[in-house]
Amino acid sequence: MSQVANLSWPWRITLGYLTIMLLLPVSALILKASTENPADFWRIATSPVALATYDVTFVTSLIAALINGVFGTLIAWVLVRYDFPFKRVIDAAIDLPFALPTSVAGLTLASVYSNNGWIGSLLAPFGIKVAFTRLGVGVAMIFISLPFVVRTLQPVLQDMEKEIEEAAWSLGASRWETFWRVVLPPLLPAILTGISLGFSRAVGEYGSVVIVASNVPFKDLIASVLIIQRLEQYDYSGATVIGTVLLLISLGILLAINLLQAWGRRYEL
Amino acid sequence: MSYNVAGKSFYPDLEPSEPSSPAKPAREVNWVKIVLISVTLLYLSLVMFIPALNVFVEAFKAGVGPFLKNLTEPAFIHAIKLTVLIALIVVPVNTVFGLCAAWVIARNHFRGRTLLISILDVPFAVSPVVAGLMIVLLYGRNGWFGPLLESANIKIIFAMPAMVLASAFITLPFVAREVIPVLEEAGSEQEEAAKTLGANDWQIFWRVTLPNIRWGLLYGVILTNARVMGEFGAVSVVSGNIARKTQTLPLFVEEAYKQYQTQAAYSAAVLLALLAVVTLILKEVLEQKTRIKNVD
Repeated sequence: MSQVANLSWPWRITLGYLTIMLLLPVSALILKASTENPADFWRIATSPVALATYDVTFVTSLIAALINGVFGTLIAWVLVRYDFPFKRVIDAAIDLPFALPTSVAGLTLASVYSNNGWIGSLLAPFGIKVAFTRLGVGVAMIFISLPFVVRTLQPVLQDMEKEIEEAAWSLGASRWETFWRVVLPPLLPAILTGISLGFSRAVGEYGSVVIVASNVPFKDLIASVLIIQRLEQYDYSGATVIGTVLLLISLGILLAINLLQAWGRRYEL
Repeated sequence: MSYNVAGKSFYPDLEPSEPSSPAKPAREVNWVKIVLISVTLLYLSLVMFIPALNVFVEAFKAGVGPFLKNLTEPAFIHAIKLTVLIALIVVPVNTVFGLCAAWVIARNHFRGRTLLISILDVPFAVSPVVAGLMIVLLYGRNGWFGPLLESANIKIIFAMPAMVLASAFITLPFVAREVIPVLEEAGSEQEEAAKTLGANDWQIFWRVTLPNIRWGLLYGVILTNARVMGEFGAVSVVSGNIARKTQTLPLFVEEAYKQYQTQAAYSAAVLLALLAVVTLILKEVLEQKTRIKNVD
């Protein structure tokens, strides 16, 4: 106790604010979930509707994060290694998904990818529907997690010495071999970190998805929207159980990201 | 050749063959470069640039007149006022907290420091909807403090206090995250020197620490502000979304869209998109500032 009294003001504010703003709400959720009978908890957590939303949420997030893993690597490479007109503007614009409110992102993606939208109308003749389907959920998740791989990879690429690649070429390695065996391995920790950050963000995404999807169970309903639907029906147990599942998985991903980053730092040395 | 730069010749015996080998890759590089840049631009256009452009085109489709008329709607004006008011509360509070947390983490080595950094990151990992749910479980009618608040006649859920709490939760780490690396880089020597010269804590912070971290701090404040003004998920869970009462600008966008008032939705969306653009420009300027400082 005397130790607490001796703490300086920054310490007191940090610990006090974290307790009220962060630890209290998290414990409210977990304690409320633990008052649930374990059998009931399991039944709600694994009900067919819940399982279908996990499928849409996690599988779509993973695919979106992987697509951004490939294209994010490409974007980072192009931005670091090449010069072309408007490069600075494009580089600055990469952060747009961070800055643009998610409801605006959802609104415009729904309109661009709807059957009479700019891009949707080009896809419609092939029978591809994007807005109000699971594909639309994927597009929204790709949009909001786009910057992560680019921004984690850029500084690593900037520091990487070109000499090693050129040495590999001069030793007769093909361009593909050079990329696969020389360039990619040291970038891998950063790419994986970026993918997991993007995955984590996509799993939690709500605003853009709720607008671009039709939110029909077993079709394109995500876990976050299911929580809201449960709350609207005053089904607090249902909302709490699914919220807890989502929270625990998010914390798991956070832990994985921290481990990945530690691994990446070790790679640097 | 660049692999000989600074006397670092990796494979000196290969040097004689140099003149013949670079000629071929040089042409190939151009070709690869064009393809890679095109694919990049195509991808960015499909998922980002075209949707972003669409916001502005849709908003001004019917001309500037209807756009300006939408801006004078009472529900819209109320949404702007509420959004700004929430930001005016949350941004300063989270700035003070962020500065304290950054100081605690950057200037002290204690057990559990890594844990504290991870805890700080929790709001990034948690879905905004789950954040909103937690606040409902704490302050809602059936929540921990529900009966207490009800007897004191204080309304938090479906009112502004909950919207402030939700926005503050979501943006908790931003300032600390930006300030920690700057504080670490600045080092504590100047602060210690000031202390031995007899400055008090407040003088040290105001005259020594703050000038060192000002750009990082400003960047964190701008990110916090952008996120608070744009937050949708967490706020929509706790607000009840009542027009002219508990509706912020992002909630207004969704509501108008659902009511098929597409024009009104896009008019509000343009304001939020402009906020995003201003945020990006300021971010770019601040990054230039810090880069120039690093070179010095």
